[in-house]
Amino acid sequence: MKALLGKFGLMVALLLVSAFMLVGCGGGDSDTIKIGFNIPMTGDIPKVGEASKYAAEMLKEDINSKGGLEVGGKKYKLEFVYEDNESKAESAVNAALKLIEQDQVAAIVGPNSSKQAVPAGGTCNDNRVPMISPWSTNPDTTKDRPWVFRAAFLDPFQGPVAVNFSAKQFGAKTAGVLFDISNDYSKGLAEIFRDEWNKKFGDGAVVAFESHGTKDQDFSAQLTKIVAAKPDFIFVPDNYNQVALIIKQAHDLGWTGPFMGSDAWGSAELMTLCGDDCKGQFFSTHYAAAGAKGDTKVFIDRYTKKYGYTPDDVAALTWDATRLVLQAIQDAGSVDSDIHKERKAIRDSLSSVKQFAGVTGNMKFDAQGDPIKCAVVVRIDENGQFVFAESVCP
Amino acid sequence: MEALFQNIINALQWGSFYALIALGYTLVYGVLLLINFAHGDIFMVGAYIAFGVSVFVLGTQGLGLPNWAILACGVPLTMILTAGVGVTLERIAYRPLRRKGAHRLYVVITALMCGLILENGNLALLGASRKKFPELMEKAVWTFGNVSVTNLKVIVIVAAFATFAFLNFIVTRTRIGMAMRAVSYDKFAIPLMGIPVDSVIVFTFVLGSGFAGLAGMLFAMSYPILEPYMGALIGWKAFIAAVVGGIGDIRGAFVGGFLLGFIEILVVAFFPSTFRDLIAFSILLLILWIKPTGLFGVARHQKI
Repeated sequence: MKALLGKFGLMVALLLVSAFMLVGCGGGDSDTIKIGFNIPMTGDIPKVGEASKYAAEMLKEDINSKGGLEVGGKKYKLEFVYEDNESKAESAVNAALKLIEQDQVAAIVGPNSSKQAVPAGGTCNDNRVPMISPWSTNPDTTKDRPWVFRAAFLDPFQGPVAVNFSAKQFGAKTAGVLFDISNDYSKGLAEIFRDEWNKKFGDGAVVAFESHGTKDQDFSAQLTKIVAAKPDFIFVPDNYNQVALIIKQAHDLGWTGPFMGSDAWGSAELMTLCGDDCKGQFFSTHYAAAGAKGDTKVFIDRYTKKYGYTPDDVAALTWDATRLVLQAIQDAGSVDSDIHKERKAIRDSLSSVKQFAGVTGNMKFDAQGDPIKCAVVVRIDENGQFVFAESVCP
Repeated sequence: MEALFQNIINALQWGSFYALIALGYTLVYGVLLLINFAHGDIFMVGAYIAFGVSVFVLGTQGLGLPNWAILACGVPLTMILTAGVGVTLERIAYRPLRRKGAHRLYVVITALMCGLILENGNLALLGASRKKFPELMEKAVWTFGNVSVTNLKVIVIVAAFATFAFLNFIVTRTRIGMAMRAVSYDKFAIPLMGIPVDSVIVFTFVLGSGFAGLAGMLFAMSYPILEPYMGALIGWKAFIAAVVGGIGDIRGAFVGGFLLGFIEILVVAFFPSTFRDLIAFSILLLILWIKPTGLFGVARHQKI
């Protein structure tokens, strides 16, 4: 009994100490604003995390070199905390909790993929912390979550864009689909695409609808099935790392038809991994770097100069998402020293942003906190550049 | 019908990788009764060594040899270096435990940890971004009707069969093979006969890891995207294949590897692809249920 009491006492003491440490850490400097980034720096899509971090660092340097972010006549230094979510759903929730409780951030940017953004969005909403996902396109991320926002268009918009474009471009009547069953983004978009295509060309116009797992490397069986069904083209709403393997294996199986992709293709790393196999394919995305004008061009040139490669859409969307948060902080008029009140103020002013000019285009926001913006379809040209093919606006 | 032939070729290729990796599990188990869980990661290291050898040593950023020369020198070099990794693991992780007479369970856990160390060491050393394996061979796609085969697929399948024939020959027809079987049979009496147990064990690791290196190189050529975790899942599945075949038996690993490859591919061919692993592993479970020692396994009595 005594030993039990002793253990209990020790636990209480430990709890107290950790509580003090939390308070100690959380206080921070009143002249800084902390923003958390929940991004995949390792795992399946590390290039996405890198692009997000690079874009955020560039923005932070811009603002801090001018003395900080001006809110209500006072300048605040920015502090960005980067947390790795390993491109896993459960790690994204842990990263969000760590940012909220330990780092006491005012707002969170990320996660990028819907696979992590849907669960992490729930965590942020429950903890009443404003979160904005740069890249997530699945509707569930923000649905019925007043604290969660995003900078990207939604899959119910992207799906029809892919349907209409490929019907016109390839003159297609039938389609094959290969998607990742364990990825919310890929599965959601594939289903929207299938329903939309069947609505347009009649039931059964999607002649093959096959799935694979996230860690799979061999797709020959699924592709054999798809190729045997003889679709006019194959729709692959998959992450860029798998796209590279899928297209190569389809070519090995004798497939010579076109592919249509989605915005998860648009990483700077796609062409290093995929090479010649991807040239000539199309995918829908958020912006086209080649041939951009105005602010977008300035952003692209600066990023390219600083980091040595053209920013992909994740970089551009992180830039926009972070600027949206900063804009919201400025709109609030003052920075509250109580972190809970500050979070509420940021949420309120984020939800009242009606229009925003970003490097990925102009956005308006609807009641759900989702932007209404244009999508572009790009073609991968002979040099591996993503060249603008068509712009589709809602 | 043509789709079926195509799938048989797909399954032969995919099964070849399972078989090549399963052979490594079964060799080490056969001699040491140790499940070397690091083997999947040795395979991954093999793929990275193949990448390093063919890009930074022989290839564009090294000697700049032509592709045929890279292939000719790269395969043996990769196998030797990967064998070195396997032997190093044995020396620094497994042998000290064996010397201290640790229970097999601890050695298995050590093996699991070694695998994680290899994965995360690679992550720390080379970073998370994926590596693209260079194309060392001019790809040729041969089409018969609607059935397509590439030259690489043929090479992979031939390599798997050749490896099996070679290992089977070593284990059943040579003196060192006899020593391996002897060590497996009785670890305590064999040293008394003048057989150097440690050398036999090192030789086993050389064989197992060397062929994991070959598998890594062929895999990197077939699926040219390398990442630190690529060995984990395929390693586990190959281990299951080895158990279903009857672990410790070379024929078992070979048949088990192809069996798993065929089941996985054919399930996708005839059922919705979502059910692949569910059906595949249910079938394997059923096989073990009927024959718990695996297809080629013999029940062993534990000696006290």
